[in-house]
Amino acid sequence: MTMLQLQDVHAYYGHIHALKGISLDVQQGEIVTLIGSNGAGKSTTLRTISGLLHPRQGTITLNGQAINGMPAHKVTALGVVQSPEGRRVFPRMTVLENLEMGAFVHGKPDPADLDRVFTLFPRLKERLSQKAGTLSGGEQQMLAMGRALMAKPKLLLLDEPSMGLSPILVETIFGIIKEINAQGTTVLLVEQNALMALSIAHRGYVLQTGQIVLADEAQALMRNEMVRKAYLGEE
Amino acid sequence: MDFNWQLFAQYLVIGIATGSLIALIALGYTLVYGIIELINFAHGEVFMMGAFFAATVVGLTGVTATSGTASVVLAGIAGLFGAMAFSAAINFGIDRIAYRRLRSAPRLAPLIAAIGFSFILQNIAIYWKGANPISPPSFLPPEIYTNVLTEWFGLSTTIFLTVLDVVVVGVTIPLLIGLSWFVYRTRLGKAMRATAQDREAAALMGIDINRAIGVAFLLGGALAGAAGMIALYYDNSARFQMGFRYGLFAFTAAVLGGIGNLAGAVIGGLTIGIIWAMSDGFMKEYISGWGAQWTPSVIFAVLVLVMVFRPSGLLGERTADKV
Ligand SMILES: Nc1ncnc2c1ncn2[C@@H]1O[C@H](COP(=O)(O)OP(=O)(O)OP(=O)(O)O)[C@@H](O)[C@H]1O
Ligand SMILES: [Mg+2]
Repeated sequence: MTMLQLQDVHAYYGHIHALKGISLDVQQGEIVTLIGSNGAGKSTTLRTISGLLHPRQGTITLNGQAINGMPAHKVTALGVVQSPEGRRVFPRMTVLENLEMGAFVHGKPDPADLDRVFTLFPRLKERLSQKAGTLSGGEQQMLAMGRALMAKPKLLLLDEPSMGLSPILVETIFGIIKEINAQGTTVLLVEQNALMALSIAHRGYVLQTGQIVLADEAQALMRNEMVRKAYLGEE
Repeated sequence: MDFNWQLFAQYLVIGIATGSLIALIALGYTLVYGIIELINFAHGEVFMMGAFFAATVVGLTGVTATSGTASVVLAGIAGLFGAMAFSAAINFGIDRIAYRRLRSAPRLAPLIAAIGFSFILQNIAIYWKGANPISPPSFLPPEIYTNVLTEWFGLSTTIFLTVLDVVVVGVTIPLLIGLSWFVYRTRLGKAMRATAQDREAAALMGIDINRAIGVAFLLGGALAGAAGMIALYYDNSARFQMGFRYGLFAFTAAVLGGIGNLAGAVIGGLTIGIIWAMSDGFMKEYISGWGAQWTPSVIFAVLVLVMVFRPSGLLGERTADKV
């Protein structure tokens, strides 16, 4: 069943034409990844889905309902939750308060969700009353993901969850994304680390200067000549 | 000449009462700046409108100094809450009508809108109650000027701590406690802080940021209204221009404490209130020719000194508890 669908989406920053007709879809239960080099428009795509940026043309539907033009907080209330690029935790709030903000749309945090976050990220439980701005980069990344999970996402948008993490932590984070997906959350994943992303995704899209140039099963993309050269660092 | 402790204590009392008043206004500047980085130039006028409305409300109750303690207290509460609601509504309304439309405009645009509203409110005030100073309806019995220290505690002292001083501080403290409870403990208060810290991330959490910003304007306005009621009776007069001087000092207090920082606004307010009282009264005992005309220079000299050594204010940035 199609959960999210973008059709011919164009988005601008002032005069900069950042998305030039993006069409993609995400089926319920999938992990779909969006790869591409710096400035390709990956974050812009997620920002447009979330309603931080409104497309000038094209439609975005969630389970058949149009959500383009909707303000960001309403998109989140529909279960489309984004963990944005660069973590963006609330620096002067504690870890617990950040998690509470994640659960904002539900009023109070669900204890079951808190337990789940603490099981996935035991480190956060030890740091509940620490100000988020004083956490290490990796811990902030865990918090950003934990915070998004507190919203009980139906569709989780992750923008570079592995950025700035040590290789061992990258492994852990990707393991957790798989686990979250297995527990029933659909995931749209943006990554620089294309190899990792493709290894856990079902399908992938390759974005280049605001356009989708390739779309295929993740396994197929990993074997694709152009992808191997451009994004997997092979000569 | 010996240091006159009695006189010093006397002006300290006045300074703390004035400082509480300034702190209440300063919080409005800091709340709004903390969340949208706008210096709300109309804030002094929002305070002034609170004072005017308080005078109207107290007048409407018809309570006079001889109506009995219960009536006087109730009329005082009516004036206070009336002014708070009125100023909150005005502040919220200005945001709704003007600033909200300018959220993504260059920063100068809302600033100019704020200056515009400052003039609009002054002119409404002139139309409403005239250009001359008004005296508030007198409903406070003479006992309000009773010296608490001598009459209640039986101390033998020449220091005057009036019931009115006690009431001013007694109104301010619960308001400050209420504010910090709201901001740090309630869901909406936390949403407001989240919005102040990262507006986009807050929106991604499902927070309606315009609503969170509106809450900051409501809170700031309500505190300014309370200050309006207090100033009305502490100064025993009100005028359409009163927002300028109070607003300027309160804004200075907010900057002194570290703009955006709630505790900083309170500390800045008290500091300026005390400097104000000392300069207006205490200093002339020691320096011939000194007088209230020097007060603004002293206040701004202190501001400049603090800014030189702590550019982000006394509690700015350094501490982790900005809004
Ligand atoms: N706020 C902005 N104002 C103007 N242009 C912007 C803005 N944000 C992004 N852009 C431009 O839009 C294009 C797409 O940017 P985007 O952030 O979506 O890239 P990305 O694929 O996420 O890159 P990265 O991998 O580096 O995060 C870039 O050319 C960028 O310069
Ligand atoms: Mg990006």
